Amino acid sequence: MSILVWTWILTGLSFSLYIYIAYATRAKSTGDFYAAEQSVPPILNGMATGADWMSAASFISMAGLISFMGRDGSFYLMGWTGGYVLLAMLFGPYLRKYGKFTIPQFMGDRYYSNTVRVLALICAIFVSFTYVAGQMRGVGVVFSRFMGVSINMGVIIGMALVFFYATLGGMKGITYTQVAQYCVLITAYLIPAIFISMQLTGNPIPQLGYGSAINAAGAEMLQDPATQGKYLLDVLNGIQKDMGFGAYTSGARPRIDVWFITMSLMIGTAGLPHILIRFFTVPKMRDARSSAGWALLFIALLYTTAPAIAVFARTNFIKSIHNVEYSKAPSWFKNWEKTKLVGWKDKNGDGIMQIAKGAWDKPDTKNEVKIDQDIMVLANPEIAKLPNWVVGLIGAGGLAAALSTAAGLLLVISAAISHDLMKGIVKPDMSEKEELIWARAAAGVAVCIAGLFGIYPPGFVAQVVAFAFGLAAASFFPCILMGIFNKKANKEGALAGMAVGIIFVAAYIIYFKFVNPAFNNKDHWWFGISPEGIGTVGAALNFIVMYVVGKFTPEPPQEIQDLVGSLRYPGKLVVPPSAGH
Amino acid sequence: MSIHATKELQAYWKENLVIIAVHLAIWFFVSFFCGIMIVDQLDAYMIGGFPLGFWFANQGSLVTFVILIGTYVYMMNNLDKKYDVHEG
Repeated sequence: MSILVWTWILTGLSFSLYIYIAYATRAKSTGDFYAAEQSVPPILNGMATGADWMSAASFISMAGLISFMGRDGSFYLMGWTGGYVLLAMLFGPYLRKYGKFTIPQFMGDRYYSNTVRVLALICAIFVSFTYVAGQMRGVGVVFSRFMGVSINMGVIIGMALVFFYATLGGMKGITYTQVAQYCVLITAYLIPAIFISMQLTGNPIPQLGYGSAINAAGAEMLQDPATQGKYLLDVLNGIQKDMGFGAYTSGARPRIDVWFITMSLMIGTAGLPHILIRFFTVPKMRDARSSAGWALLFIALLYTTAPAIAVFARTNFIKSIHNVEYSKAPSWFKNWEKTKLVGWKDKNGDGIMQIAKGAWDKPDTKNEVKIDQDIMVLANPEIAKLPNWVVGLIGAGGLAAALSTAAGLLLVISAAISHDLMKGIVKPDMSEKEELIWARAAAGVAVCIAGLFGIYPPGFVAQVVAFAFGLAAASFFPCILMGIFNKKANKEGALAGMAVGIIFVAAYIIYFKFVNPAFNNKDHWWFGISPEGIGTVGAALNFIVMYVVGKFTPEPPQEIQDLVGSLRYPGKLVVPPSAGH
Repeated sequence: MSIHATKELQAYWKENLVIIAVHLAIWFFVSFFCGIMIVDQLDAYMIGGFPLGFWFANQGSLVTFVILIGTYVYMMNNLDKKYDVHEG
């Protein structure tokens, strides 16, 4: 059977599964809709968190991105996993003890202020829409590349599916579809990696394979007998140096920038509302701790495989294209040329494809080959000559990754509107039934807006993803952390800290990304910190301002300090004796 | 659990803070220190085909993160039992 048929079969099967689960787990109450009745077992919550977290970009683009960046790409790997250590120890259990439904609600209660709640809900909506735009586009792109459907049609199919299960099932439906989506996406990601690792090095574990020596079959696959018995990374380093790139295992970015980006991604991860709310769904505090552990285990399975795929794919790609006559190019190259993910321009007219440094379409470089980062995952199974069903899996996996993340984000938006804005501020006497209608309507509208972003992608999406992390790092992270670990953190401090953090990060990013993009390089950045890493500085400013302002303004009321005290212990004890007098 | 046991609970919280501090110190060491700050120096050593610093940045810190949450969960479950606040 052809790749197209396999992709349709596997995608069709996975979609039917999602629809069945959504129907079986539809929400009956607001508790169901926002927090799945706090009844999700930790291991399943870990899987759902993994799918929630791993987006279209993680699945399709990350390995390719790393393959171009070499060691510098590690900040994605460390940054997007290290945040879970913070979540497990600093946030998850205490938010679960708090036991309500949304992050703006927690912040409003903790800082006894509706202003804080509104500020938080605006941040939550902004961060989530920024993120979701890329997901819907991702759905369209996968449909168009693998299934011969237009991008717009793909977005609409994705919208219809998410609309169905997000409005019907709320958090409960989303959680259990995410569990299924995790299984689909991790299978789709691991199988090609395991096959390729076997082929090149004989080691079935990709995480070890890319640090192993190339075996006889691998050398044959690379059409270079001299590579047999050498370490794969040494071979890749050698190829890279011959072509004028730096060694793959060395870095080019200044260390201070890598440091700040890693920190920004970690604390940004720990401040993202769609991840934080997952901790509301488990039964107990200790389940919140262990579900963060499961989540990281499931995420690390993909994140430790990605750098292996990066090395396999880059070595394979260069060996099968560089210095090869175009007329003898492998069939996958010509197939993917149609999608414009790869391309060739014969600058020196010798009919041979040469890869080198620089842009392929500029006349002043020797590079003749266009390589889009996404090709490394999408075409990897074909490059390695794997069976068609494996290629078909990639489509189903990419869709699972994009849809699961989109659904989690849409729930944050829906809850921010129905629970925080409508029920919390505009109309507090609303009945539960009415709130549920608002929640479903808000989810429906949010799906449609996200779909529009997918069909008409705003040009600024790529630029504002840094914004989403920076904002989460500079606003949510410090306020939630201080809210739990410092009883004396007060309303005035939180408001001032958030304002300073948000304005600083926004100003820095807007200046370098929009006002003066020509200056966006390390000569002009403050202390060599790129806009991607500035969230770390914003968070530090937020902490300092919150602390200083808090010193000169009234302490929080006693009942708030008691609330903070009660978050710190499992069990029923909530009121320490001081409150009783 | 009685309402007058706040001293006990303060001790529980203090122990929790110490456990967190130790875990975060290791978290910082493997990623920010080994994976970024001294990565080039560590690259002088090899484990298998990996330069050591590169391995920490690519794999080692992630593996350590998973283990860290595991030990934190284990230690906190024991702490809950020690102070008799464990949930069912």
